[in-house]
Amino acid sequence: MTSPPVLEVRGLKKHFPVPRSRGGGTVHAVDGVDVTIRAGEVLGLVGESGSGKSTVGKCVVRLLEPTGGTIALHGRDISHLSQRELRPMRRQVHMVFQDPYSSLDPRQSIGDIVAEPLRMHGGLGSRELGKKVESLLDKVGLATGMRYRYPHELSGGQRQRVGLARSLSLDPSLLIADEPVSALDVSVQASVLNLLMDLQEDLGFSCLFIAHDLATVELVCNRVAVLYLGRIVEEGTREEIFTSPKHPYTQSLLSAIAVPDPPLQRRRERIILTGDIPSPIDPPSGCTFHTRCPVADLPRCADEVPILRPIEASARQVSCHLVGADGTAPDAAKAAARI
Amino acid sequence: MTALAAELTPRAQQRLRYRRRFTRRPTAVIGLAGVAFFVLVAILGPLISPADPNATNYDTIFVSPFSAGHLLGTDDLGRDVLSRLIVGTRASMEAGVLATLIAALVGVFLGLLSGYYRGRLDTVMMRATDVVLSFPFAILAVGLASILGPSLSNAILALAISLVPTFIRITRAEVLGLREQEYVQAALVSGAPARVIMFGHILRNCLTPLVVQVSVAIPGSIIGAATLSFLGLGEQPPTASWGTMLSESQNYLSQAAWFAVFPGLAIALATLSFTMLGDGLRDVLDPRGDR
Repeated sequence: MTSPPVLEVRGLKKHFPVPRSRGGGTVHAVDGVDVTIRAGEVLGLVGESGSGKSTVGKCVVRLLEPTGGTIALHGRDISHLSQRELRPMRRQVHMVFQDPYSSLDPRQSIGDIVAEPLRMHGGLGSRELGKKVESLLDKVGLATGMRYRYPHELSGGQRQRVGLARSLSLDPSLLIADEPVSALDVSVQASVLNLLMDLQEDLGFSCLFIAHDLATVELVCNRVAVLYLGRIVEEGTREEIFTSPKHPYTQSLLSAIAVPDPPLQRRRERIILTGDIPSPIDPPSGCTFHTRCPVADLPRCADEVPILRPIEASARQVSCHLVGADGTAPDAAKAAARI
Repeated sequence: MTALAAELTPRAQQRLRYRRRFTRRPTAVIGLAGVAFFVLVAILGPLISPADPNATNYDTIFVSPFSAGHLLGTDDLGRDVLSRLIVGTRASMEAGVLATLIAALVGVFLGLLSGYYRGRLDTVMMRATDVVLSFPFAILAVGLASILGPSLSNAILALAISLVPTFIRITRAEVLGLREQEYVQAALVSGAPARVIMFGHILRNCLTPLVVQVSVAIPGSIIGAATLSFLGLGEQPPTASWGTMLSESQNYLSQAAWFAVFPGLAIALATLSFTMLGDGLRDVLDPRGDR
């Protein structure tokens, strides 16, 4: 019997009621998500905006209380603990936020920001605290003198490093990174991502890496889960997902990555999905992707809800009627080209 | 300057920066000087008044200002106006500052709770503020005076009650916006209890509008206290206060206009000083105002 995974999410659901004044109904932001992260693993959670990626992250750190399902941290169910009961568990998980401008308290010095988790979990004198803060700043590549600065004096990349230092100050076993670089310049993105990878290698924490940018996911993650309208449509190792995507949605996402080779880029078959992601208030019947799927097999795809099932006798999972148990998959690119 | 700054600890540098930011604003400095002057006069009061403020002398009624022995003239009972102004400063300052501070303490606390926890508490609180706000403050003061009797402390109480709802409203509105900020979520993820989030993060970030509100409320309640004294609901004669002096002067406007001018001027200057200081503080307290 191996030790329980760092994070085990089963059937996670998060629904938001829509006020009656705005038409009523329920937003199915996350609708049955299973995620498992083992020690030292970096799982990428990708999807368009509105697919529920951030909601999953916020449920895991319990900024939101899930509507259904369970979230187990080191085998302990935290899905419905009160904020007070959660406090000891907060040593284990921390989060890097998307917006480096609003995630740092403008009135606190950098040192106070980084030290906050340490202070909340106590046990350090002010001298030790100062030392720890300086070593954390050093770890994320910032000058130790930065601790006396204020957030508005820092650049976006520096701020995100501060956010990283804060999230790692308690040596958590799990880090939730909610689009940590999408608000940064491309040149700065690379340095922050490299830092994140280096730290992950050194400290060995597990990571749920939420992103909409597949290139960063390919760089950082060991495993990838693709989210569409609050459900995982495909999950596998980085190699499996990026070299042979099975689900038509994954295929179309991957075809959107630009190849750094202009002639090749021009010749590539691109799958261009029409329309926006459907409303999570009233998701499509059957396979939620059938309304935009280039290879949809109607009426089956519109009637039957596909379940996430393993294929090719590996840990890989796909939720599509058209993918065979042996891994045979439709080619969305060809179908799109025919249209 | 750089050589000097390098020798200082960063904390001291920060303090220096605050001071420089403050002194660079003339209105703030003038405001501070004015407030300091009035506070000093209020504290020293009886010690520096040239004559007994309550000594009547029927031989020297309505002496005009700038005459020997009575710089600002005398009133209908021959009392020295300057002495009465000086001694009356304390009542006005007390009313302005105390009423505002009481209102701010209570209002900010309730506003924080209301905005942070929302729900039923918030609904009840908002309806309660509606009720208090719908009362004109003079009526509230008259009602309170008729129950508790007219006195300065009851006037202060009435002023404070009438100011509380504004503080609740302002704080609550700020809190509602700030609690959705990612740094509040980060604090929650860090394991910070509600107390730390409310007082350590949210309160610190809504200080600016609150300081502004205090700087508006102090002069407001100085005027309010004067109004109440004018109506006979505050400081009782013969004790000197700016409001009672105005009230006494109104019968003699045609004979002795200065009698009304000097207490009015004192109210105006005190009000202006606090407002200017508040303006300056708002700029200094915002760390982004450094550029």
